[in-house]
Amino acid sequence: MLIFELSEPTRRNSSQAPLEDAAVADIPQEFLRNEPASLPEVSELQVVRHYTRLSQRNFSIDTHFYPLGSCTMKYNPRACNKYAMLPGFLMRHPQSAVTTGQGFMQCLYELQEILKDVTGMKGVSLTPLAGAQGEFAGVAMIRAYHDSRNDHNRSEILVPDAAHGTNPATATMCGFKVREIPTDDNGDVDVEALRAAVGPHTAGLMLTNPSTLGIFEGHISEIADIVHQAGGLLYYDGANLNAIVGKVKPGDMGFDVIHMNLHKTFSTPHGGGGPGAGPVGVNDRLLPFLPIPMVARDGGEYRWLTEHDLPQSIGRLSAGMGNAGVLLRAYIYARLLGKEGMNRVAEYATLNANYLMALLRSRGVDMAYPKRRAAHEFIVTLKALKDETGVIAMDVAKRLLDKGYHAPTVYFPLLVPECFLVEPTETESKQELDGFADALLGIIEEARRDPQLVQSAPHTTPVKRLDEVKAARELDVVWNDG
Amino acid sequence: MSEIPEDLKYTKTHEWLRVMEDGHFEIGITEHAQDMMGDMVFVELPEVGSNVNAGEDCAVVESVKAASDVYAPVAGEVVEVNSELADAPETINQDPYHQGWMFRLRPGNQQDADKLLDAAGYEQAVAAES
Repeated sequence: MLIFELSEPTRRNSSQAPLEDAAVADIPQEFLRNEPASLPEVSELQVVRHYTRLSQRNFSIDTHFYPLGSCTMKYNPRACNKYAMLPGFLMRHPQSAVTTGQGFMQCLYELQEILKDVTGMKGVSLTPLAGAQGEFAGVAMIRAYHDSRNDHNRSEILVPDAAHGTNPATATMCGFKVREIPTDDNGDVDVEALRAAVGPHTAGLMLTNPSTLGIFEGHISEIADIVHQAGGLLYYDGANLNAIVGKVKPGDMGFDVIHMNLHKTFSTPHGGGGPGAGPVGVNDRLLPFLPIPMVARDGGEYRWLTEHDLPQSIGRLSAGMGNAGVLLRAYIYARLLGKEGMNRVAEYATLNANYLMALLRSRGVDMAYPKRRAAHEFIVTLKALKDETGVIAMDVAKRLLDKGYHAPTVYFPLLVPECFLVEPTETESKQELDGFADALLGIIEEARRDPQLVQSAPHTTPVKRLDEVKAARELDVVWNDG
Repeated sequence: MSEIPEDLKYTKTHEWLRVMEDGHFEIGITEHAQDMMGDMVFVELPEVGSNVNAGEDCAVVESVKAASDVYAPVAGEVVEVNSELADAPETINQDPYHQGWMFRLRPGNQQDADKLLDAAGYEQAVAAES
């Protein structure tokens, strides 16, 4: 039910409305509405009940295990939120003077240093407002680098076919042509195909490592050499940084530029579209092109780095310093963990993934890459179940909701038929993982016994199976009381 | 195994090609491809009059699961597109080899069709994939 449907005409608080003849604002007449806005006419208590009820229907990390592969739905410590909400941070005006924001700037400066250290890069800019904007900034820097060397013929960005869809989208946004590189049977980049694809037209290669197949790219140093020898740059998509953080540095693997999704690796809220944060890190070659502003420390003082300090910068990505509140949460998370704790993030993320993978495999569930050890996520394929029972991965995913588990990512990566991409994350207990395995095995059993039960799931959720085809073909998201 | 008509040519990327009576080539995606993609919700077609190279992405099919490029099996000029797919993308699911055709090319070289897979070759390619 929408809040508009609770509306009762004339249920409004007239005693608090401005008087008819009161001049409430100096907005010119031509900009004012002719008709009053169509707002729901509801009481305060109705509003509270409506939104509380909706919040109770949320399937969230605060209520359920949420193994959504590649999205890293892990628990965000409450402390990060608490300290980022201190009044000094919360009430700070983005344009306030440097002299009154030294503490805030120190936090950002130290976050830059922490991110430099964990990625092995030479410089970090925190300003991109989301992972996608971080990618844009990263590839824009690749373009700026080649342009600064009058190397104008590098028109192509290489992207493995297992990549996140944002990679080709970013390259296209930055004016490059995209060339796909195939994956071999073990899930690695096809090195021979890469060798054949590079040349004087190659601007760079975008790579996620561990890849979206959940495995560590075995030939990474060879790949780096091939791309560098062709004069291209190597871009690290930090979507899966949580699998290696504190253990292996992208800078050491030969990457020139990286973006980090702070909501994945550094435990800031998953925004449902925002606000996010996607800092970028670079090596020496790309330092002059970093987006501004950044924070510098001169003596004991912190100051903003601007166009004057970085005349070759790709520029500003927003009016201010990015999503400052999100950056603070990441900073607090990093400080809570410390260097030692940061090492354990990757250890537990990979341990949990490998434990769950081994458990499921021992109970007869097929893996897409059975010969490979998982990084922080792994791929189950339910193709055999589909052939046997007609029940598809989507049906099993929906049935998991009935059992109290959020479904893993389905049908991604596109290379694997009837797949689940499962990422348990480092914050789940063994008991939770065992429970998930029991639920999944129970559903597979149900599919054999009573396929209809699984095909018509979910049965216990507030909203039943949605008509995705109709939703996509006849998109209608506007409420209309007519 | 899904239907693979004997009289068509195929690519490893799951396009089919029909040599028409007027010498033009008609192109669509295979039954196996539509089955893998699931229910189609959107189709983007090339512009009539545009020239495409062999292997170039020139159309897009989008389903509830994924969006996928469609590649030109051979080089040529686009002479006609199936504009009915805009309102009825599900036609590709229902009748991939006939009413679900996507575009027609005037080929640069009539012999290019011979370089593509025949039905048996495509069947092997599909089998090797799974």
